[in-house]
Amino acid sequence: MRLAAVETDRAVGDAGRPTVYELRQVTKSYGRGAIRALDTVDLQLKSGSFSAIIGPSGCGKSTLLKIMAGLVPPTSGRVVLNGTPVMGPRRDIGMMFQQATLFPWRTTIENVVLPIEIRDGATAAKAAHGRARALLELVGLGGFETVYPDKLSGGMAQRAAICRMLVTEPAMLLLDEPFSALDELSRDFMNMELQRICLEKDATAFLVTHSIPEAVILSDTVYVMSPRPGRFVEIIDIDLPRPRTLDMLTDPRLGAYVRRIRSLLDEGAFQ
Amino acid sequence: MTEYSSVDAAEAPDTVWSERASLIDRVPRSLAMVLLFAAFIGVWQLVHVLRLVSPIILPSPFEVAEDIVFVGTNLLSGGYMLGALWITVKEVILGFIIAMAIGFSLGLLVGETGFGERVVLPYLVAIDTMPKVAFAPLFVAWLGFGISSKVALAAFIATFPIVVATAAGLHVANENERMLFKTLGASRWQTLFRMKLPTGLPQIFTGLKIAAVGVMAGAITGEFLGGGKGFGELIRVAASQLDTPRIFSLIIFLSLLGLALFWSVVWVERRFVFWHKTSVAGGPGL
Ligand SMILES: Nc1ncnc2c1ncn2[C@@H]1O[C@H](COP(=O)(O)OP(=O)(O)O)[C@@H](O)[C@H]1O
Ligand SMILES: [Mg+2]
Repeated sequence: MRLAAVETDRAVGDAGRPTVYELRQVTKSYGRGAIRALDTVDLQLKSGSFSAIIGPSGCGKSTLLKIMAGLVPPTSGRVVLNGTPVMGPRRDIGMMFQQATLFPWRTTIENVVLPIEIRDGATAAKAAHGRARALLELVGLGGFETVYPDKLSGGMAQRAAICRMLVTEPAMLLLDEPFSALDELSRDFMNMELQRICLEKDATAFLVTHSIPEAVILSDTVYVMSPRPGRFVEIIDIDLPRPRTLDMLTDPRLGAYVRRIRSLLDEGAFQ
Repeated sequence: MTEYSSVDAAEAPDTVWSERASLIDRVPRSLAMVLLFAAFIGVWQLVHVLRLVSPIILPSPFEVAEDIVFVGTNLLSGGYMLGALWITVKEVILGFIIAMAIGFSLGLLVGETGFGERVVLPYLVAIDTMPKVAFAPLFVAWLGFGISSKVALAAFIATFPIVVATAAGLHVANENERMLFKTLGASRWQTLFRMKLPTGLPQIFTGLKIAAVGVMAGAITGEFLGGGKGFGELIRVAASQLDTPRIFSLIIFLSLLGLALFWSVVWVERRFVFWHKTSVAGGPGL
């Protein structure tokens, strides 16, 4: 299934890095087997890599992410992160969804330190304000610490949500269509921010998206999923130099990847 | 077509499209309210002067005003009416506190547990549809003619809106908020106190405001039906003497008590739910 030619010369050259995430023979059915959401999925993510998963809606992408995050148990199979099986929510996993979900009675910085408050209590959360402030600075929200979320635009709220995800310094970022509610310009900008943050923090990221160019421009590896029950029909390594820039959207190499993925998705749709 | 192509026509005064407030919108609100009140008094006085209604049934506004001054003086000088008012105030406050205690507890039970929602809620709904005032004689039989039977009826009436609002408030948080707390590994208590309860506060305060109105009605009804020495009793006595100006002025002082309770709830709401735009702008006088 893998495109052998591409695999041999990866641009990132991280073939020697350790595997952080491993899914083995994972399947998922809902409703006592009535709905098969995921067919057998095998997945290995290398430390510091960026992967995207793309597939038709309802094919089980969010289900896969929830299994990886320990939010729902798989029907069968093993999920291992950093050598320990994932049995429930973990602090070395950061998650982000389509909606920023900031709480309106908390200021921006109070929203950012919420994960610390839940896990380690209010004192630890207070102590984390410095780190939170630095993160807000990093995403261009310096000066908005004590502002309530109703004063933030959609893009700013999503950037605050990034900070909330990063404040516990998770090794693994799971992103479920994080920017798909934003307009295209903010979305492009946020994607570049995301790449910059991931490079800076050396984080491993796994992104669900249904924008093919977005998947290609951000990822080292793109997983193409079949309609439900979801399984990987193709795993494509993206051989483009880092850091990626928005100019690459017009690069013919990127165009070739996009066409390849589109044809795979079209094929799947008619099977 | 041609209207839009002509620059002159576009600038003629009657074709300029601008935000012009209507006459009503331009009158200051307080002035408009005073005018409406004056009109009401005027019509009342007219009805009185023309003897459209017997003066025994409808006194003139001036008779009522006179009596308001009398009752006010009695209250301020610590007369017997102050004692009656104090009894009613106690009934209302105790009733409200008990209603909140029971209402929040049952609301949590119904909103948070499957047992509460599936087993307890149907009974609560059944009781809620009963005419609660009809329980007044029962409370008197159980608790006597003192203030406890009035407190009980007031609390009984005010409990249900709080139960319903609390249970509904706990369901307001959406899937995203629940999912976020799940990813953070939050405990049930953390989820309740840091997410579900705060998210539901606007609903809960709506229920408290309904309860504040109900607790007044309960206390006064209790006094009507079960004797006692409160303000409701003063109204009953005035009614038996056909002293209609007194009834009116007592009702006005009672409304002040009701407003005071209602506004205390609104005041607390504003401190706790400052982040919720629509819930703060509501209620009488706003
Ligand atoms: N909790 C659930 N119970 C039953 N079926 C579900 C549940 N969650 C998801 N599904 C079903 O599983 C399939 C995959 O859903 P999902 O993972 O959300 O897809 P995607 O994110 O790719 O759009 C869908 O058909 C959906 O209806
Ligand atoms: Mg999804």
